[in-house]
Amino acid sequence: MLKELLHQLNIIWSHLVSLWLVFMHLFRKADTVEYPDEKPFTFPRWRGRIILTRDPDGEERCVACNLCAVACPVDCIALQKTEDENGRWYPEFFRINFSRCIMCGFCEEACPTHAIQLTPDFEMAEYVRQDMVWEKEHMLINGTGKYHDYNFYKIAGKAIGGKGKGEARNELPPTDRRSLLP
Amino acid sequence: MFTFEVGSLLNVALILGTILTFAALLIWVERRLLGFFNDRLGPNRVGPFGILQSVADVIKLITKEDWVPPFADKFTFVVAPVIIPIVMLLSFAMIPFAPGVGIIDLNIGLLFIFAMAGLASYSAMLGGIASNNKFSLLGGLRAAGQMISYEVFMGISILGVVILSDSFVLRDIVEAQEGRWFVLPQFLGFIVFMVAALAESHRWPFDLPEGESEIISGFNTEYSGMKFGLFFVGEYIGMFFMAALIPVLFFGGWHAPFGLQVGNEIISGIFWMGAKTMAFVVFFILVRAALARPRYDQLMNYGWLVMLPLSLINLLITGAYVLAQGS
Repeated sequence: MLKELLHQLNIIWSHLVSLWLVFMHLFRKADTVEYPDEKPFTFPRWRGRIILTRDPDGEERCVACNLCAVACPVDCIALQKTEDENGRWYPEFFRINFSRCIMCGFCEEACPTHAIQLTPDFEMAEYVRQDMVWEKEHMLINGTGKYHDYNFYKIAGKAIGGKGKGEARNELPPTDRRSLLP
Repeated sequence: MFTFEVGSLLNVALILGTILTFAALLIWVERRLLGFFNDRLGPNRVGPFGILQSVADVIKLITKEDWVPPFADKFTFVVAPVIIPIVMLLSFAMIPFAPGVGIIDLNIGLLFIFAMAGLASYSAMLGGIASNNKFSLLGGLRAAGQMISYEVFMGISILGVVILSDSFVLRDIVEAQEGRWFVLPQFLGFIVFMVAALAESHRWPFDLPEGESEIISGFNTEYSGMKFGLFFVGEYIGMFFMAALIPVLFFGGWHAPFGLQVGNEIISGIFWMGAKTMAFVVFFILVRAALARPRYDQLMNYGWLVMLPLSLINLLITGAYVLAQGS
């Protein structure tokens, strides 16, 4: 009997305590970020809108290797490789369907040339669905993005116009196999 | 005719206008306060501080399709939502706001209020039954059961006040509280009445007739547009009414606490009455934000096995005290 009464009193007390605690929330600052008036801070590594960057010389970094398209879990990247007169590979077209993109960042991780990068911009809403499909000219920027010094063709061994075999950084001249004869 | 005396045209117009405006504003006040209690901001877009949110809501409700489901009982379906605002507004006619401010002082004031509260349950019941939908029916049944069982001890809990003031007229009850608010001698009655008032006005945590998480929206599941709006407004007028009735019965109505009179009698009366009413409105909203909804069997058990005996004990003690004083 007494135990039951104490139990009931405990219930009433806990209700009063929760009333008090909720009331004290009246004097707390709201957690709301009033978005259109007040932009939230996004970190530099935020995975937002995708860009294509250029190397320090101002050439396209993308070599159309298709690794991003393979890595993409939702298959939203489409591109076609072509070559210019110097032998540089570049995408003939590069298309990302942002209505499918889930901003996972796998394309950025897969990219061997730091060409494709994700930016902190998240405001990508469109009124027309077709506008969500972005082409290369929409994504290609005139900068290097997050990696300022990286230049793929200056490091890779591939010969292109103006840079022969063995002229890349840390690369030895090609060995003449005949000179190795004993 | 246009003077501050009970029942003058000026009084009626002012009180009706104030009540309707405040009932509409309450929608905004409630959402805003709930937001603050939840560490949010609440609606703050329409007008300064979002004060015009109710206007936007009303425009939305009016422009919605006014649909009567083909399987419903048409006449009852249309009539049901009209009952609750009318009944709640009629109850408001009894409330004395200040000396000389009020609509009517019936000599059966409290009984009239209980009659109207009884009628209000028809709104939910008829709405639930006429919708011909199992969730509406459940909501209507719950409303009926809850109203009937909570009205019993709501009436008994007030009898202590009636004994002390020796009158059913609300104005006499307020005048009897000069210098001694009934909340002190009638604290038990106040607690019981408070719980019953929450249950009567379908406020959280006693919103079982609506119970979104259990039966969609209860008795108003099938309602849309302004018919739903009438239920909504009726519920808010009911909450406002209960928040005005509790100060009248237990907190000295228009009497200023600690002699803090501002201005003349009427202005001070309206000010303190409004302040007390708003305090209870805030309390109702706080209760909504803080407490969880009981199960239906818990609600019934609590009503019949705890609240009813408590109110009877209160009545017994008060009666014995008054008898002993009188002899």
